[in-house]
Amino acid sequence: MQFNKIYDIYQKFEERNIIFSFSGVITSDFLNAVLDIVEAKVDYLEESPKIKKKVLKILVECVQNIYYHAENQFSFLKEEETKKKLNNALVMVVKDDEGFIIETGNYIENHLVDDLKERIENINKLDKIELRELYRDVLANGTFSDKGTAGLGMIDIARKSGNKLNYSFLPVDSDLSFFTLSVNIN
Amino acid sequence: MENILRESSAKTPAINFDAKSGVLLLKGRSIPENSIEFYKPLNDWLDLYGEKPLDETTIDMKLEYFNTSSSKCILDLLKRLEKINKAGSKVSVNWYFESEDEDMEEAGEDYQAIIKLPFKMIEVEEI
Repeated sequence: MQFNKIYDIYQKFEERNIIFSFSGVITSDFLNAVLDIVEAKVDYLEESPKIKKKVLKILVECVQNIYYHAENQFSFLKEEETKKKLNNALVMVVKDDEGFIIETGNYIENHLVDDLKERIENINKLDKIELRELYRDVLANGTFSDKGTAGLGMIDIARKSGNKLNYSFLPVDSDLSFFTLSVNIN
Repeated sequence: MENILRESSAKTPAINFDAKSGVLLLKGRSIPENSIEFYKPLNDWLDLYGEKPLDETTIDMKLEYFNTSSSKCILDLLKRLEKINKAGSKVSVNWYFESEDEDMEEAGEDYQAIIKLPFKMIEVEEI
């Protein structure tokens, strides 16, 4: 790669204040490897123990959400190579003036989009107390999936963030879209 | 019966379930991807303990943070303790949280709202 291209990328990272980024397949080892690094960086940049903890907790939930959903998806694809490529996700931690932003991006099958969009929209409509009640309701009355997920991930992320969840679904082709999530922590 | 003694790992808490003292401890982080696997032996142990519990049973929840997969498992654990309480053992829950950790304090309140057991919320400097 040409040196000025590397510098371009470096500058973009600096401009955006990206303090951590990863692009690839999220395995169950990912968090083991990465949590300490992110914790150290956030520790260095942030005073408030409350915010530091929130960044880590929300990172865990976002990453594990991607991990759970990747396992189920793309069964319609025959080629292993394509499947692998589509399981690549993007995870970033960004520092901004008010705190941090966790941003993720991953492919999603189109038939799953409406459902997820509705869930996020519903969550965004709720205030702090309603969100707490929803969480408690799903916790007490929801059922386990076979992997142990509880339908609580997105609710928990919104609750801990205290902000609306920013998201988009970018159409890729007839089968797929690219889902991006941006969570503000401040 | 055998006690459960487990060291903490990067994603799972330390466990000390002591049948002789009736004190159960969970300490650290609980963020395994599949929490059902991790919590199953704890639930099995509680079922066995519940057949002949001590007069008093205490659970010390000293968690730094836990993922949503764990929250359901923790609920199940506490529900089992509810049963043990109904069967005659006096069960109490000590819910620890670090100062300024509103999330963990709220989590304790979430469980308190769902589980019919006495909860003591204990604020500490560091778990």
